[in-house]
Amino acid sequence: MGPYPPDADRMVMHIEFVALVKQVPRTGEVEVDPETGNLVREGVAAQTNPYDLHALEAALALRDRLGGTVTALSMGPPQAEDTLREAFWMGADRGILLSDAAFAGADTLATAYTLARALRDIPHDLVLAGMQTTDGDTAQVGPGVAEFLHIAHASYVLRIEEADRREVCAVVDAGDRVQRVALALPALLTVTREVNQPRLPSFRRRLATRDRPIETWCREDLAPPEGEEAYFGLEGSPTWVEEIFPPPGNPERETWRGRPGELTDRLLAQLEEWKYL
Amino acid sequence: MSVLRVAYENCDGCGACVAVCPFDGVVLEEGVPRFGAGCRVCGLCIDACPRGALGLPGEEDAGDVADLSRYRGVMVVSERAADGLDPVTLELMGEGRRLADALGEALSVVVAGADVDAEARECLVHGADRVLVLDHPSLAHFRPEPYTDALEGAVRHALPSIVLMAGTPVGRSLAPRLAVRLRTGLTADCTSLEVNERGELLQTRPAFGGDIMATILSGNHRPQMATVRPRVMPRAGRLPVTGTLERLPFRPDPEYPGRVLEVREKPAADTVADADVVVAAGRGIRRAEDLDMLHRLADALGGVVGCSRPLVEAGWLPSTQQVGLSGRTVRPKLYIACGISGAIQHVAGMRGSERIIAINPDENAPIFDVAHHALVGDAYEIIPALLDRIEERGDARAV
Repeated sequence: MGPYPPDADRMVMHIEFVALVKQVPRTGEVEVDPETGNLVREGVAAQTNPYDLHALEAALALRDRLGGTVTALSMGPPQAEDTLREAFWMGADRGILLSDAAFAGADTLATAYTLARALRDIPHDLVLAGMQTTDGDTAQVGPGVAEFLHIAHASYVLRIEEADRREVCAVVDAGDRVQRVALALPALLTVTREVNQPRLPSFRRRLATRDRPIETWCREDLAPPEGEEAYFGLEGSPTWVEEIFPPPGNPERETWRGRPGELTDRLLAQLEEWKYL
Repeated sequence: MSVLRVAYENCDGCGACVAVCPFDGVVLEEGVPRFGAGCRVCGLCIDACPRGALGLPGEEDAGDVADLSRYRGVMVVSERAADGLDPVTLELMGEGRRLADALGEALSVVVAGADVDAEARECLVHGADRVLVLDHPSLAHFRPEPYTDALEGAVRHALPSIVLMAGTPVGRSLAPRLAVRLRTGLTADCTSLEVNERGELLQTRPAFGGDIMATILSGNHRPQMATVRPRVMPRAGRLPVTGTLERLPFRPDPEYPGRVLEVREKPAADTVADADVVVAAGRGIRRAEDLDMLHRLADALGGVVGCSRPLVEAGWLPSTQQVGLSGRTVRPKLYIACGISGAIQHVAGMRGSERIIAINPDENAPIFDVAHHALVGDAYEIIPALLDRIEERGDARAV
């Protein structure tokens, strides 16, 4: 292989990108068993959090344009290596998995601490994360990491306009408005799905990265300073799940059966009664 | 990596843990439970184990109770819209008032921004006992870093037991920073809140893809922080003013690393979250052209077209129209689901709709579990006929 990226000799910048990625259950394929009300899932089928693919793509695209390296960083059980392997197939240069029984049961505070602790030992100018995960759905870990690192962040990034060694410009969703913001690096962005279209894993890169190791870091590698030894995992998590229960049922349901013409008549009458027509 | 502690000497391999686990997080291997990637440490199996062989790894200590008692009252963090107080603030205040009354404590509201006197007054006339104003030019536009500093000041000043913030893009960007700053727990996107006799906040939210509700506590830390899903809680009403207004000092860092260059109104395309009527299409719609009938129905009802994920993936509709966990959460007055099976991922984004009509030929479609009117039939027969009837009505009226 020649120099990578191909026009490396024209590069003047070297920016360190880190993409935060998480392996999640395939929630999109979860269905409810109508008989039992239980979740029907095919084993423990897992995938990379879809939003994180957009974060990774953003890092890769900026690296390809500006120069630098992309590190994919994840925390999870050993099988989360699959997600980092997929990051290699998309073009990530380095993969680090934070995995230790001591990290298990972490809520968003402990997760953010653990990732931030690792980032102290990983060069990072721009950290990118998905806006949320499809399993936790909290959107809390990205901003939490930024706070632990004392760096700027923007959540819900719709577009990354430009970046250089010192600053990144982005358009962010701020509810009823959109903001254009400029953040001094190092900074962290959490991205929406609008930000780009993730590239597909490539077979060529799959072959090329076949022997590339994934680094696994455990709690000892993160060397928490005195007073922060209990910040990991369940122990470091202020929140706990007290109870889980099925959503309230639906006693209000009216089922309408009949010929299509009858259903149409009833629907029309109902919409008229509600004054939509 | 075993997530839960197994007392193997007590385990008889009965499999009750495997049977109760909704996530396939545990399997029996050589007659003993083995926890895998699916385990969410939800604890169902701990309760289900007839021999008490399962437990969490290590117990949390109970916290410093004397210290916790210094924190009192409910604090709501207000949010501003382009033209004054965002309505979500009144929802937070309605809920905050109820919780404060249950605790017998006060409701405070933080108003941060530049030139926010009008917003502060709005909070007073909607029943706040204390309005804490942080008024400074560097807070003119939302940026997480100065706002975290400002709110940290307000929390350290008032020492609330509970802090409620909006589950909006701004609230969900700011709240996690503040929670880390305060080293306390934060629960996202709650749909129901209660307090128990110990003053602990019971925070209920849809979890694990929206099919299960989880009640979450962070009772050993203060303040207990939650973001609240918009359009779920009733708004606070106007009340005679009895509260007070306090201005808090704010000294900005001279070198915040972020700047707002420009603020624009959101493009009109993003309307599915705001529409009063949503006509939604699912996989039962077979061709992109067939969306035309749904657009016509939406027009007739004064609404917009939404969809489930497969239609966005097929490129038939933009992702801004997607309703569901990975799209928009909507709460329209009327939601008409056409050919939508009702995967959890979709239902989680629309189950809060006021009235739900679902049209699906499969009587067992999960969408019917949340529908108020379940039409067992084919949208391809019902919708075109409905459009004809609507047109006839229009003609008849025109005559």
